[in-house]
Amino acid sequence: MSRVTSIASNTFREAVRDRVLYNLIAFALLMMGASLLVGQISLGVERNVVINLGLTAVSLFGLVIAVFIGIGLVSKEIEKKTLYTILSRPVRRWEFILGKFGGLVATLVVNTFFMAIGIFAAVLYLARHFQKADAYLLVALYFIILQFVMITALALLFSSFSSPLLSAVFAFALFIIGTFAQDLRGFAALTHGAARWIATAAAYVVPNFAALNIISSVAHGQPVAGSLVLYNSLYALLYSAAAVAGAMLIFEHRNLK
Amino acid sequence: MFAIETFGLEKTYSVGFWRKRPRCALRPLTLGVEEGEVFGYLGPNGAGKTTTLKLLMGLMFPTSGSAKILGMEVDDPRMKAQIGFLPEQPYFYDYLTARELLEYYAQLSGVEARARARRVAAVLERVGLVDVSGVQLRKFSKGMLQRVGIAQAILHDPKVVFLDEPMSGLDPIGRREVRDLIASLKEEGKTVFFSTHILSDAEALCDRVAILHQGELRGIGVIADLTSSVRGKVEVMWQGGNIPPAIRSLGGECHLTGEMARSIIAEEQLDLAIDALRRANLKLVSVTPVRATLEDYFVEKLSPAEAIAK
Repeated sequence: MSRVTSIASNTFREAVRDRVLYNLIAFALLMMGASLLVGQISLGVERNVVINLGLTAVSLFGLVIAVFIGIGLVSKEIEKKTLYTILSRPVRRWEFILGKFGGLVATLVVNTFFMAIGIFAAVLYLARHFQKADAYLLVALYFIILQFVMITALALLFSSFSSPLLSAVFAFALFIIGTFAQDLRGFAALTHGAARWIATAAAYVVPNFAALNIISSVAHGQPVAGSLVLYNSLYALLYSAAAVAGAMLIFEHRNLK
Repeated sequence: MFAIETFGLEKTYSVGFWRKRPRCALRPLTLGVEEGEVFGYLGPNGAGKTTTLKLLMGLMFPTSGSAKILGMEVDDPRMKAQIGFLPEQPYFYDYLTARELLEYYAQLSGVEARARARRVAAVLERVGLVDVSGVQLRKFSKGMLQRVGIAQAILHDPKVVFLDEPMSGLDPIGRREVRDLIASLKEEGKTVFFSTHILSDAEALCDRVAILHQGELRGIGVIADLTSSVRGKVEVMWQGGNIPPAIRSLGGECHLTGEMARSIIAEEQLDLAIDALRRANLKLVSVTPVRATLEDYFVEKLSPAEAIAK
């Protein structure tokens, strides 16, 4: 396990030194600008607007990082041949995949942590105090992290057999389709015969990001059910585990030319 | 006991986009490298040297055949803890410093935490990178990166070291240092398997060599044995500014440079040549046995198979 953590911490270090966390500066500027502007033009819905804007920004910034770093996690190492001096050591291929995955997830968690501080600071600036419903912000951020874990796993899966460009296309496409996963399931329910089977299968194969998006309800101060947290956690865990296992399986048999 | 063994190791790629067709990168290769031996793996570019090394490192999977290193399968982590590998034209994580990179590799190689710093310091000293150990690798020259590559290959004190074109990109001093390093690895009892197309390096360092061409093993053995086939000739050198007809008639190649002349003849014609020089009142300067070089053998083995048969 120490080899996995070594690879993960090196992946994290790479992201930090490649200035990935500089996106925090852009986020901080966005939150500061939004807080000042919203405070002047919104009548009584400042909190709602800032939370909506902040959580959406966290989601989009993280998505871009997850996809663009995720697709290069394996392919860049093969292309630059840095993998040769790793896999010629007592490192199993699955350990490498798991380490790279863990490193990028850790990067995204740290990134989200600092962004969360920004959102809470903006809410405090506008409302002058926290209220009980603000605690659900943490649940929304947790669900966003679960989305990052899933999209990182998918990007890793695609990058284990495809080119970086195609991997990015696949990952973004799945994110968009997954955002409308509930509609896809509704559509499947309306069809008949073989089409129903195919539509239902497709609806369950694509990641259900819709279920993980509670930004709007949290912005309106609505509570989040404990069962949703449990089911979403299990769903994201199982989906990501399946995608990472797929990446490991493909990479295990790949010739490094 | 063999440190490295291959048994009919073969690799075929599929090339082409629509109609895939096979291209053989390595024909069935069977060879053994003894423990403690420095083994040169020679061949021109595209001969299949790097393919062989990738198969041995488990980076590629053979189409057929198998290989063992230190008696273990090539994907066995216990074996990998005991080998070091320098890839051709290595590229490392350039956001790390040399020290950070070596510490990372030491962790992956299973070097104990308390021994890590000492081991890294020792290997940095050995390859002459102590002064730049805190500099990010993106600022390193090609020669310095090659040193880092060698350092990471020997960092964990491996029993077998694989070097793919270790002299590539090095200046004469760097090449000399790598040669000395390989010699010192041999003194330490390590097995060194290195691929190169620089024959003088192989001749100076190797106990045995193998010659590979178009994916096929064309020759293997101790250098002295491989080159003995062209022996049996001598070079006669004399002073006097001319080549007597009696020497020309021996059929050897003759050269005249100012006052000095020389001819390469068969050993059994030596007495005739000396008599001819004496009769012509020319001064014999030297008689040197002609020893074929590894280059002669190499070139011979790289000729088409039909030419060799003739």
